[in-house]
Amino acid sequence: MLTYPFMTPERTAFRDTVRRFIEQEVKPFASDWDEAGEIPWALHEKAGALGIFGLGIDEAYGGLGFDDVFLRAIAGIEMGRAGIGGAMASIGARNIMTGPLQALASDTIKEKALPDIVSGRKGGALGITEAGGGSDVASLATRAERDGDHWVISGSKTFITGGLKASYFVIGARTGGPGLDGISLFFVEADTPGFTRASVGAKMGWWSSDTATLYFDAVRVPAEHMLGEQDKGFLAIMNNFNMERLAMIAQCVGMAEVCLEDSTAYAVERHTFGKPLIKHQVIRHKIADMSAKIDALKSYLWMICHTIESGSMPVAEIAKAKVLGSKTLEFCASEAMQILGGAGYLRGHAIERIYREVKVMAIGGGSEEIMRDLAVRQMGV
Amino acid sequence: MKILVPVKRVVDYNVKVRVKSDNTGVELSNVKMSMNPFDEIAVEEAIRLKEAGNADEIIVVSIGPKAATETLRTGLAMGADRGILVDYDGETEPLAVAKVLKAIVDDEQPGLVLLGKQAIDDDCSQTGQMLAQLLGWAQGTFASKVELADGGFHVTREIDGGLETIKLAAPAIVTTDLRLNEPRYASLPNIMKAKRKPIDEKTPGDYGVDMAPRLTTLKVEEPPKREAGIKVESVAELVGKLKEKGAIA
Repeated sequence: MLTYPFMTPERTAFRDTVRRFIEQEVKPFASDWDEAGEIPWALHEKAGALGIFGLGIDEAYGGLGFDDVFLRAIAGIEMGRAGIGGAMASIGARNIMTGPLQALASDTIKEKALPDIVSGRKGGALGITEAGGGSDVASLATRAERDGDHWVISGSKTFITGGLKASYFVIGARTGGPGLDGISLFFVEADTPGFTRASVGAKMGWWSSDTATLYFDAVRVPAEHMLGEQDKGFLAIMNNFNMERLAMIAQCVGMAEVCLEDSTAYAVERHTFGKPLIKHQVIRHKIADMSAKIDALKSYLWMICHTIESGSMPVAEIAKAKVLGSKTLEFCASEAMQILGGAGYLRGHAIERIYREVKVMAIGGGSEEIMRDLAVRQMGV
Repeated sequence: MKILVPVKRVVDYNVKVRVKSDNTGVELSNVKMSMNPFDEIAVEEAIRLKEAGNADEIIVVSIGPKAATETLRTGLAMGADRGILVDYDGETEPLAVAKVLKAIVDDEQPGLVLLGKQAIDDDCSQTGQMLAQLLGWAQGTFASKVELADGGFHVTREIDGGLETIKLAAPAIVTTDLRLNEPRYASLPNIMKAKRKPIDEKTPGDYGVDMAPRLTTLKVEEPPKREAGIKVESVAELVGKLKEKGAIA
């Protein structure tokens, strides 16, 4: 077993807290929530009470007053270990919109929205993706027109995680010409006239995630709801993606660990051809391969965290690690299912759920193809 | 009122304990250690008493190796105010622990000592009772409810016949049962705050206690494996087999 020099007593204590929370408050209900297609709102508040939504948020707005990317990664790994990505996406969705609010919103907006979002009393979601493009942010078509001291937003967003129940949104809309240099960010409240939403419909996985399509029919927001500078939203969106991707890499680690642990435990118990499954060489090789890939991914993640904590943002490495993350998860989910056989194929088994959630990790937050391209572009070629 | 809560570092309750190959004890290397679950319940109860305005300070104390500092930090992250580590690497036996705790009680003068009813490693269930005897204090063991009343405590105990409520004069010793409460999760802000809470480091010598074990462990073995049973075809056969074994008349 590897020991990592980054695990301070506080980080270890936080890991233990989140792990126990997941064991007691999430895992026993995972299958029921997934089948029901939703989670009780109390889970948002219970998770909020742990402080996991407060990283990088000022204490005045209910946050922790400091950030630590290791703690973000630890929370992501432990949430991945819940083996129900949809539920974790629902509660974690706010984490990709509180950053822009903290950095760019007026004090009035921060006072109004952040304490409720960070505590889990209310939900927040980020709206960038549109039917016409997800990773291709530059083609964004939702428009915002200036009208006196208001902006009037028209258009729609889709695949918005947490979008069905969120009270507050940060959305991207076009305020200038085509391309990268015409996008601005806005703060929108769900009860604004002209705003409506609907479920995206049945999904392959992430059943318990409240994923929405948002409609903006001449939604009027005060001018101060523009976050940051006009037409300069693209950079903020790109910066924000780094933390989202890091959280997804961490979740891949946690989910892959469940694949390894559950299939190993099963292989020890299960007997075939007169001996435990674990004594068959073909099974041992699967376990060794899963274990090695997870070690590599986790070590990569910790070095990325270390680089960020040292003051630089390794954009290319985050992109590459996200590909490695979903590829590792794909491998582990498949191999674990092979070891478990029919038992793992039954609805309600964690491995069956994880298997259905592989693709959202390979597509959401920047697809594997876009991630590879981004990584190579960072090389300047 | 001050509350003293002794906490023990033990093998985590989720770990499948394995006997060492040389039969001298159980495997402790690379094994996750945590606070004894009954002690966690004691810490939680102390915090609830403090939150209700019935206590001013909670002191957690652990007698064990340096690593027991982590266990104290867990208590501090839950909400205790300060800690005392009595650094001792060897095996701890209830009487020696009770003697150290008595010396700490003499120093600190708490109005209540809340202990887990037993530690899940040796399952002795003796320390609280021995401490009560050494101090000459009232004791309420296996508590499922603790209330302040009549200048002392009303303690509801889980006994074989049901529930028994006893009245204790203060100061007193209370040991906690499983159903007293559900311990809270240490939140991230509280984990960070716990880092700055003080922990005093002491040795058994500071309290004049000789910790040397009075008992010798001869051999530790796995419990015998349960042998496979047999299947019976009918109720009549089952009754016959039970009679044969003398299980029923």
